[in-house]
Amino acid sequence: MTYLLLFWEFAKISVVCVGGGYASMPLIQAIVVNKYHWLSLSEFIDIFTISQMTPGPIGINAATFAGTKAAGTLGGIVATLGFVTPSIFICIALVKIVTKYGDLGAIHGILNGLRPAVVALIASACVSFILLAVWDIEKFPSDPVGTMNYLGLIILIGALIAARKKIGAVPILLGSGIAGIILGFVF
Amino acid sequence: MKKDARFYWTFFKSTFMISALTFGGGYVIIALMKAKFVDELGWLDEKQTLDLVAIAQSTPGIMAVNTSIMLGYELAGFFGAIIGMLATVIPPLVIIGIVARFYELIAENEYVRLVLKGMQCGATAILVNVAIDLAVKQFKAKLILPLIIIVATFIANLFFDVNIMLLVLIDGVVGLILMRGKIYG
Repeated sequence: MTYLLLFWEFAKISVVCVGGGYASMPLIQAIVVNKYHWLSLSEFIDIFTISQMTPGPIGINAATFAGTKAAGTLGGIVATLGFVTPSIFICIALVKIVTKYGDLGAIHGILNGLRPAVVALIASACVSFILLAVWDIEKFPSDPVGTMNYLGLIILIGALIAARKKIGAVPILLGSGIAGIILGFVF
Repeated sequence: MKKDARFYWTFFKSTFMISALTFGGGYVIIALMKAKFVDELGWLDEKQTLDLVAIAQSTPGIMAVNTSIMLGYELAGFFGAIIGMLATVIPPLVIIGIVARFYELIAENEYVRLVLKGMQCGATAILVNVAIDLAVKQFKAKLILPLIIIVATFIANLFFDVNIMLLVLIDGVVGLILMRGKIYG
């Protein structure tokens, strides 16, 4: 029963959460902590810490973590699948609609407006990530020179040069991880 | 591009690796997918990818998962969508399953911290690289409306914390009213 409930609750959350990972966290908290007590509040806050140091979207991390705590490994799998199953149908339906009617002026116009918006949002994410990489904070530093993380700066510049030279994404990520350990001994 | 076993394996492997190695979620994963499927493999063109990201962005659910479902569907239909979804979900599923049990131990390890810091910087570099390419292309097109959208959306999001959904909505309406012309395609 718990498995069905996990699948159903996370499927519901995924249908109503719009606007990215952190936006869905209050919804997940309402279900997982307040309604069913699958996690305590402090366990729920741990999800944020864990998500900082593990790959993958925070929404998936939250579903897996809550499902695992509620009903073991299988619970984690079921909750995660519940969280992504509705997306398959919604996404495919949307792609079909856009492909079919994409030549219509209206949808064409909307997409023409959204394309530059996506570029702007990626650029904006860039700034936040640069701050995090080089200054370890998410706001603009008050003392940019004094608080600079030189290890971060060097790896960032090196990886950027590699990316401009069309080196693949996976080698860059692995190389940056190794560079982190090597430079860790220097600084 | 033949839809044989090798194609599916390459698609699964690429998406799986990106999901497994990417910290920071949403836009980083999308930047990596663009670098892989547009620039490296040439399976999709840039406009197609930006359109899919724009739809994924406005769709309920997790943006990275939505994007990989849509890319998969665009590349290989329903089966492709399932593969894209699984390849994105399995790495965090497995890792969280393990980390949830030992995470204090892992969090305090100095080597783990350094590797994660390095990879965070690498992902940032890839994101910056993709942003440069996209922005340069938009500026070279020398169209005034897209440039206004870019600058206004960028400032509103970064400096005024305006909700992303609201920005997407506004830009969509601007496009709907003012940008139906062929020159914007």
